[in-house]
Amino acid sequence: MIAFKNVSKRYPDGYVALNNVDLSVASGEMVFLTGHSGAGKSTLLKLIAAIERPTSGVITISGQNIAQLKPAAIPYLRRKIGFIFQDHKLLFDRTVFDNVLLPLQISNFDHNTVAARVRAALDKVGLLKKEKAMPIALSGGERQRLCIARAVVHRPAILIADEPTGNLDVEYARDIMSLFTSFNQVGVTVLIATHDASLLEDTQHRILSLKQGKLAA
Amino acid sequence: MIRAWLIQHGFVFFLTLKRLISTPLTSLLSIIVMGIALSLPAGIYVLMQNLQAFSGQTASSPQMSLFLKLDTPQDSIEKIHQRLEENPQILTVQFIPKDAALQQLQQSTGLTDIAASLARNPLPDAFVIHTQENTAEALEQLRLAMQKWPEIEHVQFDSAWIERLNALLELGRFAVLMLATLLSVAIIAIMFNTIRLQILTKRDEIELSKLIGATDSFIRRPFLYFGALQGLAGGATAWLIMALAIRTFNEQLVTLSQLYAIDLQLQPLTTADSISLLLFSGWLGWLGARISVASHLWQIEPK
Repeated sequence: MIAFKNVSKRYPDGYVALNNVDLSVASGEMVFLTGHSGAGKSTLLKLIAAIERPTSGVITISGQNIAQLKPAAIPYLRRKIGFIFQDHKLLFDRTVFDNVLLPLQISNFDHNTVAARVRAALDKVGLLKKEKAMPIALSGGERQRLCIARAVVHRPAILIADEPTGNLDVEYARDIMSLFTSFNQVGVTVLIATHDASLLEDTQHRILSLKQGKLAA
Repeated sequence: MIRAWLIQHGFVFFLTLKRLISTPLTSLLSIIVMGIALSLPAGIYVLMQNLQAFSGQTASSPQMSLFLKLDTPQDSIEKIHQRLEENPQILTVQFIPKDAALQQLQQSTGLTDIAASLARNPLPDAFVIHTQENTAEALEQLRLAMQKWPEIEHVQFDSAWIERLNALLELGRFAVLMLATLLSVAIIAIMFNTIRLQILTKRDEIELSKLIGATDSFIRRPFLYFGALQGLAGGATAWLIMALAIRTFNEQLVTLSQLYAIDLQLQPLTTADSISLLLFSGWLGWLGARISVASHLWQIEPK
Protein backbone atom coordinates (compact mmCIF):
# COMPACT_ATOMS: atom_id res chain seq x y z
CA MET A 1 0.00 0.00 0.00
CA ILE A 2 2.70 2.45 1.05
CA ALA A 3 6.30 1.96 -0.09
CA PHE A 4 9.42 4.13 0.34
CA LYS A 5 12.54 3.43 -1.73
CA ASN A 6 15.78 5.26 -0.92
CA VAL A 7 13.81 8.28 0.22
CA SER A 8 15.75 11.29 1.49
CA LYS A 9 14.48 14.65 2.55
CA ARG A 10 16.75 17.60 2.97
CA TYR A 11 15.18 20.92 3.94
CA PRO A 12 16.29 24.13 2.22
CA ASP A 13 18.29 25.10 5.30
CA GLY A 14 20.43 21.98 4.85
CA TYR A 15 18.84 19.92 7.62
CA VAL A 16 18.50 16.27 6.61
CA ALA A 17 15.26 14.92 8.07
CA LEU A 18 15.25 11.55 6.30
CA ASN A 19 18.24 9.70 4.95
CA ASN A 20 17.79 6.79 2.52
CA VAL A 21 14.67 5.38 4.08
CA ASP A 22 13.18 2.11 2.78
CA LEU A 23 9.91 0.85 4.16
CA SER A 24 6.69 -0.78 3.12
CA VAL A 25 3.32 -0.95 4.81
CA ALA A 26 0.82 -3.53 3.60
CA SER A 27 -2.83 -2.75 2.98
CA GLY A 28 -4.82 -3.18 6.20
CA GLU A 29 -1.72 -3.10 8.38
CA MET A 30 -1.32 -0.99 11.53
CA VAL A 31 2.16 0.37 12.09
CA PHE A 32 3.73 2.57 14.79
CA LEU A 33 6.50 4.99 14.06
CA THR A 34 8.64 5.96 17.01
CA GLY A 35 11.72 7.99 17.67
CA HIS A 36 12.83 11.12 19.49
CA SER A 37 11.49 14.45 18.42
CA GLY A 38 13.46 15.56 15.40
CA ALA A 39 14.03 11.98 14.26
CA GLY A 40 11.95 12.59 11.12
CA LYS A 41 8.59 11.06 12.08
CA SER A 42 6.51 14.04 11.04
CA THR A 43 8.47 14.46 7.83
CA LEU A 44 7.85 10.85 6.90
CA LEU A 45 4.10 11.20 7.44
CA LYS A 46 3.99 14.48 5.50
CA LEU A 47 5.76 12.85 2.57
CA ILE A 48 2.95 10.29 2.31
CA ALA A 49 0.30 13.02 1.96
CA ALA A 50 2.57 15.03 -0.39
CA ILE A 51 2.61 17.89 2.11
CA GLU A 52 6.38 17.69 1.73
CA ARG A 53 8.13 16.43 -1.40
CA PRO A 54 11.16 14.11 -1.16
CA THR A 55 14.58 15.37 -2.22
CA SER A 56 15.30 11.97 -3.75
CA GLY A 57 13.84 8.50 -3.86
CA VAL A 58 10.49 7.00 -4.81
CA ILE A 59 7.29 6.94 -2.73
CA THR A 60 4.41 4.86 -4.02
CA ILE A 61 0.90 4.69 -2.64
CA SER A 62 -1.35 2.04 -4.19
CA GLY A 63 1.20 1.82 -6.99
CA GLN A 64 1.13 5.56 -7.69
CA ASN A 65 4.44 7.45 -7.58
CA ILE A 66 3.87 10.39 -5.26
CA ALA A 67 7.15 12.10 -6.11
CA GLN A 68 6.01 12.60 -9.71
CA LEU A 69 2.49 13.72 -8.89
CA LYS A 70 1.40 16.93 -10.62
CA PRO A 71 0.19 19.66 -8.25
CA ALA A 72 -3.34 19.36 -9.63
CA ALA A 73 -3.46 15.67 -8.69
CA ILE A 74 -2.38 16.15 -5.07
CA PRO A 75 -5.87 16.98 -3.70
CA TYR A 76 -7.16 13.64 -4.97
CA LEU A 77 -4.31 11.77 -3.24
CA ARG A 78 -5.06 13.57 0.02
CA ARG A 79 -8.73 12.54 -0.16
CA LYS A 80 -7.63 8.90 0.12
CA ILE A 81 -5.89 9.73 3.39
CA GLY A 82 -7.28 10.71 6.75
CA PHE A 83 -4.69 12.87 8.49
CA ILE A 84 -4.69 13.65 12.21
CA PHE A 85 -2.43 16.62 12.66
CA GLN A 86 -0.15 17.16 15.61
CA ASP A 87 -1.52 20.69 16.06
CA HIS A 88 -5.16 19.56 15.50
CA LYS A 89 -5.97 22.30 12.98
CA LEU A 90 -9.56 22.57 14.17
CA LEU A 91 -11.58 25.53 12.93
CA PHE A 92 -12.78 27.52 15.90
CA ASP A 93 -15.27 29.63 13.97
CA ARG A 94 -17.71 26.73 13.44
CA THR A 95 -19.43 23.97 15.32
CA VAL A 96 -18.18 20.43 15.92
CA PHE A 97 -20.61 19.26 13.24
CA ASP A 98 -19.32 21.74 10.65
CA ASN A 99 -15.72 20.83 11.40
CA VAL A 100 -16.43 17.22 10.51
CA LEU A 101 -18.52 18.30 7.51
CA LEU A 102 -15.62 20.08 5.80
CA PRO A 103 -13.90 17.02 4.24
CA LEU A 104 -17.22 15.93 2.74
CA GLN A 105 -17.86 19.36 1.26
CA ILE A 106 -14.38 19.37 -0.21
CA SER A 107 -14.78 16.02 -1.91
CA ASN A 108 -18.28 16.82 -3.25
CA PHE A 109 -20.16 14.17 -1.35
CA ASP A 110 -23.82 13.54 -2.05
CA HIS A 111 -25.76 16.26 -0.30
CA ASN A 112 -28.42 13.90 1.04
CA THR A 113 -26.08 11.62 2.92
CA VAL A 114 -23.52 14.02 4.38
CA ALA A 115 -25.40 14.76 7.59
CA ALA A 116 -25.82 11.05 8.31
CA ARG A 117 -22.12 10.45 7.63
CA VAL A 118 -21.04 13.29 9.91
CA ARG A 119 -23.26 11.96 12.72
CA ALA A 120 -21.96 8.43 12.20
CA ALA A 121 -18.37 9.67 12.53
CA LEU A 122 -19.22 11.74 15.62
CA ASP A 123 -21.04 8.78 17.13
CA LYS A 124 -18.01 6.57 16.54
CA VAL A 125 -15.80 8.88 18.61
CA GLY A 126 -18.52 9.57 21.20
CA LEU A 127 -19.15 13.22 20.37
CA LEU A 128 -22.65 12.93 18.91
CA LYS A 129 -24.19 14.89 21.76
CA LYS A 130 -21.74 17.74 21.22
CA GLU A 131 -22.38 18.29 17.51
CA LYS A 132 -23.64 21.83 18.10
CA ALA A 133 -20.81 22.77 20.47
CA MET A 134 -17.92 24.97 19.43
CA PRO A 135 -14.46 23.34 19.56
CA ILE A 136 -13.30 25.89 22.13
CA ALA A 137 -15.73 24.32 24.61
CA LEU A 138 -14.23 20.86 24.25
CA SER A 139 -11.62 19.26 26.50
CA GLY A 140 -8.25 18.14 25.16
CA GLY A 141 -9.40 14.55 24.76
CA GLU A 142 -12.60 15.60 23.05
CA ARG A 143 -10.70 17.78 20.63
CA GLN A 144 -8.48 14.87 19.73
CA ARG A 145 -11.52 12.71 19.11
CA LEU A 146 -13.03 15.48 16.97
CA CYS A 147 -9.85 15.40 14.87
CA ILE A 148 -10.28 11.66 14.46
CA ALA A 149 -13.91 12.04 13.42
CA ARG A 150 -12.88 14.61 10.82
CA ALA A 151 -10.13 12.31 9.53
CA VAL A 152 -12.38 9.28 9.06
CA VAL A 153 -15.67 10.87 7.96
CA HIS A 154 -14.89 10.41 4.26
CA ARG A 155 -13.82 6.79 4.90
CA PRO A 156 -10.22 7.00 3.73
CA ALA A 157 -8.17 3.89 2.96
CA ILE A 158 -5.22 5.21 4.95
CA LEU A 159 -5.31 6.84 8.37
CA ILE A 160 -2.26 8.79 9.50
CA ALA A 161 -1.88 10.21 13.00
CA ASP A 162 0.94 12.46 14.14
CA GLU A 163 1.35 12.26 17.94
CA PRO A 164 -2.37 11.62 18.55
CA THR A 165 -1.92 11.19 22.31
CA GLY A 166 0.53 14.06 22.70
CA ASN A 167 -0.87 15.90 25.70
CA LEU A 168 -3.37 13.36 26.98
CA ASP A 169 -3.19 11.39 30.20
CA VAL A 170 -2.85 7.62 30.02
CA GLU A 171 -6.52 6.77 30.24
CA TYR A 172 -7.53 9.11 27.41
CA ALA A 173 -4.57 7.86 25.40
CA ARG A 174 -5.78 4.26 25.69
CA ASP A 175 -9.26 5.36 24.53
CA ILE A 176 -7.77 6.96 21.47
CA MET A 177 -5.59 3.94 20.74
CA SER A 178 -8.57 1.57 20.91
CA LEU A 179 -10.35 3.81 18.37
CA PHE A 180 -7.44 3.39 15.96
CA THR A 181 -7.47 -0.35 16.51
CA SER A 182 -11.17 -0.50 15.67
CA PHE A 183 -10.61 1.40 12.41
CA ASN A 184 -7.79 -0.99 11.57
CA GLN A 185 -10.10 -3.93 12.23
CA VAL A 186 -12.45 -2.77 9.44
CA GLY A 187 -9.56 -2.72 6.96
CA VAL A 188 -8.10 0.79 7.21
CA THR A 189 -4.31 1.02 6.93
CA VAL A 190 -3.18 2.92 10.03
CA LEU A 191 0.12 4.70 10.58
CA ILE A 192 0.75 6.32 13.95
CA ALA A 193 3.76 8.40 14.92
CA THR A 194 4.37 8.63 18.65
CA HIS A 195 7.17 9.12 21.12
CA ASP A 196 4.95 7.76 23.91
CA ALA A 197 6.66 4.47 24.87
CA SER A 198 3.81 3.44 27.18
CA LEU A 199 1.52 3.06 24.18
CA LEU A 200 3.81 0.52 22.63
CA GLU A 201 4.36 -1.79 25.58
CA ASP A 202 1.63 -4.33 24.92
CA THR A 203 1.04 -3.82 21.22
CA GLN A 204 1.15 -6.65 18.73
CA HIS A 205 1.59 -4.29 15.81
CA ARG A 206 4.80 -3.58 13.95
CA ILE A 207 6.98 -0.79 15.33
CA LEU A 208 9.33 1.20 13.11
CA SER A 209 11.82 3.36 14.91
CA LEU A 210 13.51 6.32 13.34
CA LYS A 211 16.85 7.58 14.53
CA GLN A 212 18.39 10.70 13.03
CA GLY A 213 16.55 10.22 9.77
CA LYS A 214 17.33 6.54 9.40
CA LEU A 215 15.19 3.50 10.10
CA ALA A 216 16.65 1.32 12.84
CA ALA A 217 16.46 -2.38 12.26
CA MET B 1 -22.66 14.76 -11.49
CA ILE B 2 -24.18 17.99 -12.80
CA ARG B 3 -26.61 17.96 -9.90
CA ALA B 4 -23.79 17.64 -7.40
CA TRP B 5 -22.03 20.51 -9.16
CA LEU B 6 -25.15 22.68 -9.00
CA ILE B 7 -25.67 21.86 -5.34
CA GLN B 8 -22.05 22.74 -4.63
CA HIS B 9 -22.40 26.09 -6.38
CA GLY B 10 -25.75 26.81 -4.76
CA PHE B 11 -24.18 26.06 -1.41
CA VAL B 12 -21.27 28.43 -2.04
CA PHE B 13 -23.70 31.09 -3.30
CA PHE B 14 -25.70 31.05 -0.06
CA LEU B 15 -22.56 30.80 2.04
CA THR B 16 -21.29 33.94 0.31
CA LEU B 17 -24.59 35.75 0.83
CA LYS B 18 -24.36 34.82 4.49
CA ARG B 19 -20.84 36.18 4.64
CA LEU B 20 -21.95 39.46 3.03
CA ILE B 21 -24.79 39.81 5.52
CA SER B 22 -22.71 38.77 8.52
CA THR B 23 -20.63 41.97 8.20
CA PRO B 24 -23.41 44.35 7.18
CA LEU B 25 -21.57 47.65 7.73
CA THR B 26 -18.40 46.66 5.89
CA SER B 27 -20.35 45.13 3.02
CA LEU B 28 -22.67 48.12 2.78
CA LEU B 29 -19.81 50.60 2.76
CA SER B 30 -17.94 48.73 0.02
CA ILE B 31 -21.11 48.40 -2.01
CA ILE B 32 -21.86 52.13 -1.67
CA VAL B 33 -18.31 53.06 -2.68
CA MET B 34 -18.61 50.85 -5.75
CA GLY B 35 -22.07 52.21 -6.51
CA ILE B 36 -20.90 55.82 -6.42
CA ALA B 37 -17.83 55.04 -8.48
CA LEU B 38 -19.95 53.32 -11.11
CA SER B 39 -22.73 55.90 -11.10
CA LEU B 40 -20.34 58.66 -12.23
CA PRO B 41 -19.50 57.30 -15.68
CA ALA B 42 -22.96 55.75 -16.01
CA GLY B 43 -24.57 59.12 -15.19
CA ILE B 44 -22.53 60.94 -17.80
CA TYR B 45 -23.41 58.18 -20.24
CA VAL B 46 -27.12 58.75 -19.57
CA LEU B 47 -26.66 62.47 -20.13
CA MET B 48 -24.93 61.81 -23.42
CA GLN B 49 -27.61 59.40 -24.58
CA ASN B 50 -30.20 62.06 -23.88
CA LEU B 51 -28.24 64.78 -25.66
CA GLN B 52 -27.78 62.52 -28.64
CA ALA B 53 -31.46 61.66 -28.74
CA PHE B 54 -32.22 65.39 -28.57
CA SER B 55 -29.86 66.25 -31.40
CA GLY B 56 -31.22 63.31 -33.38
CA GLN B 57 -34.75 64.64 -32.97
CA THR B 58 -33.92 68.08 -34.25
CA ALA B 59 -31.72 66.81 -37.01
CA SER B 60 -33.98 63.97 -38.04
CA SER B 61 -35.57 66.04 -40.81
CA PRO B 62 -33.37 69.07 -41.21
CA GLN B 63 -34.75 72.16 -42.80
CA MET B 64 -33.19 74.19 -45.64
CA SER B 65 -34.20 77.49 -47.10
CA LEU B 66 -33.74 78.11 -50.84
CA PHE B 67 -33.81 81.78 -51.81
CA LEU B 68 -34.46 82.44 -55.49
CA LYS B 69 -32.96 85.26 -57.51
CA LEU B 70 -35.12 88.36 -57.57
CA ASP B 71 -37.46 88.54 -60.53
CA THR B 72 -37.43 84.84 -61.25
CA PRO B 73 -40.30 84.26 -63.68
CA GLN B 74 -43.30 82.26 -62.55
CA ASP B 75 -42.71 79.32 -64.92
CA SER B 76 -39.15 78.86 -63.61
CA ILE B 77 -40.49 78.82 -60.09
CA GLU B 78 -42.89 76.05 -61.04
CA LYS B 79 -40.12 74.08 -62.68
CA ILE B 80 -38.01 74.31 -59.55
CA HIS B 81 -40.98 73.31 -57.44
CA GLN B 82 -41.42 70.23 -59.59
CA ARG B 83 -37.74 69.38 -59.45
CA LEU B 84 -37.74 69.61 -55.69
CA GLU B 85 -40.82 67.44 -55.38
CA GLU B 86 -39.26 64.78 -57.57
CA ASN B 87 -36.05 64.62 -55.53
CA PRO B 88 -36.22 61.51 -53.30
CA GLN B 89 -33.93 63.13 -50.74
CA ILE B 90 -36.53 65.79 -50.06
CA LEU B 91 -39.54 65.04 -47.90
CA THR B 92 -41.64 68.21 -48.03
CA VAL B 93 -41.56 71.32 -50.13
CA GLN B 94 -43.20 74.56 -49.17
CA PHE B 95 -43.25 77.60 -51.44
CA ILE B 96 -43.21 81.01 -49.78
CA PRO B 97 -43.95 83.79 -52.29
CA LYS B 98 -42.19 87.07 -51.64
CA ASP B 99 -45.46 88.86 -50.86
CA ALA B 100 -46.35 86.37 -48.18
CA ALA B 101 -42.85 86.68 -46.77
CA LEU B 102 -43.17 90.43 -46.55
CA GLN B 103 -46.52 90.14 -44.87
CA GLN B 104 -45.15 87.74 -42.35
CA LEU B 105 -42.25 90.05 -41.69
CA GLN B 106 -44.59 92.92 -41.05
CA GLN B 107 -46.78 90.94 -38.70
CA SER B 108 -44.11 89.25 -36.70
CA THR B 109 -41.74 92.12 -36.28
CA GLY B 110 -44.08 95.04 -36.12
CA LEU B 111 -42.14 96.84 -38.81
CA THR B 112 -45.29 97.72 -40.74
CA ASP B 113 -44.27 101.32 -41.19
CA ILE B 114 -40.85 100.59 -42.49
CA ALA B 115 -42.14 97.90 -44.81
CA ALA B 116 -44.79 100.23 -46.12
CA SER B 117 -42.20 102.86 -46.83
CA LEU B 118 -40.25 100.56 -49.09
CA ALA B 119 -40.62 101.31 -52.77
CA ARG B 120 -40.62 97.65 -53.70
CA ASN B 121 -40.55 94.28 -51.94
CA PRO B 122 -36.88 93.49 -51.20
CA LEU B 123 -37.57 89.88 -50.34
CA PRO B 124 -37.05 87.03 -52.78
CA ASP B 125 -39.35 84.09 -53.41
CA ALA B 126 -38.27 81.12 -51.33
CA PHE B 127 -38.74 77.43 -50.78
CA VAL B 128 -38.53 75.73 -47.44
CA ILE B 129 -37.73 72.04 -47.67
CA HIS B 130 -37.32 69.23 -45.20
CA THR B 131 -34.83 66.61 -46.22
CA GLN B 132 -34.54 62.96 -45.48
CA GLU B 133 -30.79 63.18 -44.94
CA ASN B 134 -29.52 64.01 -41.51
CA THR B 135 -25.77 63.56 -41.65
CA ALA B 136 -23.76 66.70 -41.98
CA GLU B 137 -21.95 65.52 -45.14
CA ALA B 138 -25.07 64.47 -47.03
CA LEU B 139 -26.76 67.74 -46.18
CA GLU B 140 -23.77 69.71 -47.32
CA GLN B 141 -23.72 67.81 -50.63
CA LEU B 142 -27.41 68.48 -51.19
CA ARG B 143 -26.89 72.13 -50.41
CA LEU B 144 -24.02 72.43 -52.88
CA ALA B 145 -26.00 70.64 -55.60
CA MET B 146 -28.94 72.99 -55.27
CA GLN B 147 -26.70 76.00 -55.04
CA LYS B 148 -25.60 75.29 -58.62
CA TRP B 149 -29.10 75.67 -60.02
CA PRO B 150 -29.14 78.93 -62.01
CA GLU B 151 -32.31 80.39 -60.49
CA ILE B 152 -31.13 79.90 -56.93
CA GLU B 153 -29.40 82.76 -55.28
CA HIS B 154 -28.60 81.13 -51.96
CA VAL B 155 -29.24 77.95 -50.04
CA GLN B 156 -29.21 78.42 -46.32
CA PHE B 157 -28.67 75.63 -43.97
CA ASP B 158 -27.12 75.86 -40.56
CA SER B 159 -25.33 72.56 -40.11
CA ALA B 160 -22.58 73.99 -38.00
CA TRP B 161 -24.36 73.58 -34.67
CA ILE B 162 -25.08 69.91 -35.35
CA GLU B 163 -21.45 69.35 -36.19
CA ARG B 164 -20.45 71.15 -33.04
CA LEU B 165 -22.86 69.12 -30.97
CA ASN B 166 -21.60 65.90 -32.53
CA ALA B 167 -18.02 66.89 -31.80
CA LEU B 168 -19.01 67.67 -28.21
CA LEU B 169 -20.76 64.33 -27.90
CA GLU B 170 -17.68 62.60 -29.26
CA LEU B 171 -15.60 64.37 -26.63
CA GLY B 172 -18.12 63.40 -23.97
CA ARG B 173 -17.98 59.78 -25.07
CA PHE B 174 -14.22 59.85 -24.73
CA ALA B 175 -14.54 61.36 -21.24
CA VAL B 176 -16.99 58.62 -20.23
CA LEU B 177 -14.61 55.97 -21.49
CA MET B 178 -11.68 57.47 -19.61
CA LEU B 179 -13.64 57.94 -16.40
CA ALA B 180 -15.10 54.44 -16.65
CA THR B 181 -11.63 52.95 -17.16
CA LEU B 182 -10.14 54.80 -14.21
CA LEU B 183 -13.01 53.99 -11.87
CA SER B 184 -13.05 50.36 -13.01
CA VAL B 185 -9.42 50.09 -12.01
CA ALA B 186 -10.37 51.66 -8.66
CA ILE B 187 -13.15 49.10 -8.17
CA ILE B 188 -10.81 46.24 -9.01
CA ALA B 189 -8.35 47.64 -6.46
CA ILE B 190 -11.07 47.88 -3.79
CA MET B 191 -12.11 44.28 -4.44
CA PHE B 192 -8.49 43.15 -4.48
CA ASN B 193 -7.99 44.54 -1.01
CA THR B 194 -11.30 43.26 0.37
CA ILE B 195 -10.50 39.74 -0.77
CA ARG B 196 -6.92 40.02 0.50
CA LEU B 197 -8.25 40.77 3.99
CA GLN B 198 -10.72 37.91 3.75
CA ILE B 199 -7.99 35.50 2.73
CA LEU B 200 -5.87 36.62 5.67
CA THR B 201 -8.70 36.03 8.15
CA LYS B 202 -9.49 32.66 6.59
CA ARG B 203 -5.91 31.52 6.49
CA ASP B 204 -6.49 28.56 8.83
CA GLU B 205 -9.47 27.32 6.90
CA ILE B 206 -7.66 27.61 3.57
CA GLU B 207 -4.57 25.83 4.87
CA LEU B 208 -6.63 23.00 6.38
CA SER B 209 -8.75 22.68 3.24
CA LYS B 210 -5.60 22.29 1.16
CA LEU B 211 -4.31 19.65 3.58
CA ILE B 212 -7.42 17.53 3.35
CA GLY B 213 -7.73 17.53 -0.42
CA ALA B 214 -9.47 20.72 -1.56
CA THR B 215 -8.74 21.67 -5.16
CA ASP B 216 -7.64 25.20 -5.95
CA SER B 217 -10.96 25.93 -7.64
CA PHE B 218 -12.84 24.81 -4.52
CA ILE B 219 -10.83 27.24 -2.41
CA ARG B 220 -11.15 30.05 -4.97
CA ARG B 221 -14.89 29.67 -5.49
CA PRO B 222 -16.29 31.45 -2.42
CA PHE B 223 -13.99 34.42 -2.95
CA LEU B 224 -14.95 34.73 -6.61
CA TYR B 225 -18.62 34.51 -5.69
CA PHE B 226 -18.07 37.18 -3.08
CA GLY B 227 -16.41 39.48 -5.62
CA ALA B 228 -19.10 38.95 -8.24
CA LEU B 229 -21.96 39.37 -5.76
CA GLN B 230 -20.52 42.51 -4.24
CA GLY B 231 -19.83 43.88 -7.73
CA LEU B 232 -23.40 43.12 -8.72
CA ALA B 233 -24.70 44.87 -5.60
CA GLY B 234 -22.46 47.84 -6.44
CA GLY B 235 -23.93 47.96 -9.94
CA ALA B 236 -27.45 47.81 -8.54
CA THR B 237 -26.57 50.68 -6.19
CA ALA B 238 -25.25 52.73 -9.10
CA TRP B 239 -28.47 52.05 -10.99
CA LEU B 240 -30.54 53.18 -8.00
CA ILE B 241 -28.46 56.32 -7.55
CA MET B 242 -29.04 57.20 -11.18
CA ALA B 243 -32.74 56.40 -11.15
CA LEU B 244 -33.14 58.71 -8.14
CA ALA B 245 -30.95 61.41 -9.70
CA ILE B 246 -32.88 61.34 -12.99
CA ARG B 247 -36.19 61.56 -11.14
CA THR B 248 -35.07 64.53 -9.08
CA PHE B 249 -33.57 66.16 -12.15
CA ASN B 250 -36.76 65.71 -14.16
CA GLU B 251 -38.79 67.37 -11.42
CA GLN B 252 -36.53 70.37 -11.72
CA LEU B 253 -36.79 70.29 -15.51
CA VAL B 254 -40.57 70.66 -15.42
CA THR B 255 -40.31 74.40 -14.77
CA LEU B 256 -37.78 74.84 -17.53
CA SER B 257 -39.93 72.82 -19.94
CA GLN B 258 -42.92 75.01 -19.26
CA LEU B 259 -40.93 78.19 -19.82
CA TYR B 260 -39.58 77.03 -23.15
CA ALA B 261 -42.69 75.08 -24.15
CA ILE B 262 -40.63 72.05 -25.13
CA ASP B 263 -40.53 68.58 -23.74
CA LEU B 264 -37.38 68.37 -21.66
CA GLN B 265 -37.22 65.02 -19.86
CA LEU B 266 -34.16 62.91 -19.12
CA GLN B 267 -34.75 59.34 -20.20
CA PRO B 268 -33.48 56.67 -17.75
CA LEU B 269 -31.14 53.83 -18.74
CA THR B 270 -32.63 51.37 -21.21
CA THR B 271 -33.17 47.79 -20.09
CA ALA B 272 -30.23 46.63 -22.21
CA ASP B 273 -27.96 49.31 -20.72
CA SER B 274 -29.12 48.43 -17.20
CA ILE B 275 -28.32 44.77 -17.73
CA SER B 276 -24.94 45.72 -19.21
CA LEU B 277 -24.21 47.87 -16.16
CA LEU B 278 -25.05 45.01 -13.78
CA LEU B 279 -23.09 42.43 -15.73
CA PHE B 280 -20.10 44.73 -16.06
CA SER B 281 -20.02 45.58 -12.35
CA GLY B 282 -20.38 41.91 -11.43
CA TRP B 283 -17.53 41.10 -13.78
CA LEU B 284 -15.37 43.86 -12.28
CA GLY B 285 -15.91 42.44 -8.78
CA TRP B 286 -15.14 38.95 -10.00
CA LEU B 287 -11.98 40.15 -11.75
CA GLY B 288 -10.71 42.00 -8.65
CA ALA B 289 -11.33 38.89 -6.56
CA ARG B 290 -9.69 36.65 -9.17
CA ILE B 291 -6.51 38.74 -9.26
CA SER B 292 -6.42 38.93 -5.47
CA VAL B 293 -6.93 35.20 -5.05
CA ALA B 294 -4.28 34.43 -7.65
CA SER B 295 -1.72 36.63 -5.92
CA HIS B 296 -2.45 35.54 -2.33
CA LEU B 297 -3.56 31.92 -2.27
CA TRP B 298 -0.28 30.44 -3.38
CA GLN B 299 1.37 32.04 -0.36
CA ILE B 300 -0.71 29.80 1.90
CA GLU B 301 1.03 26.53 1.27
CA PRO B 302 0.66 24.10 4.17
CA LYS B 303 3.86 22.88 5.79
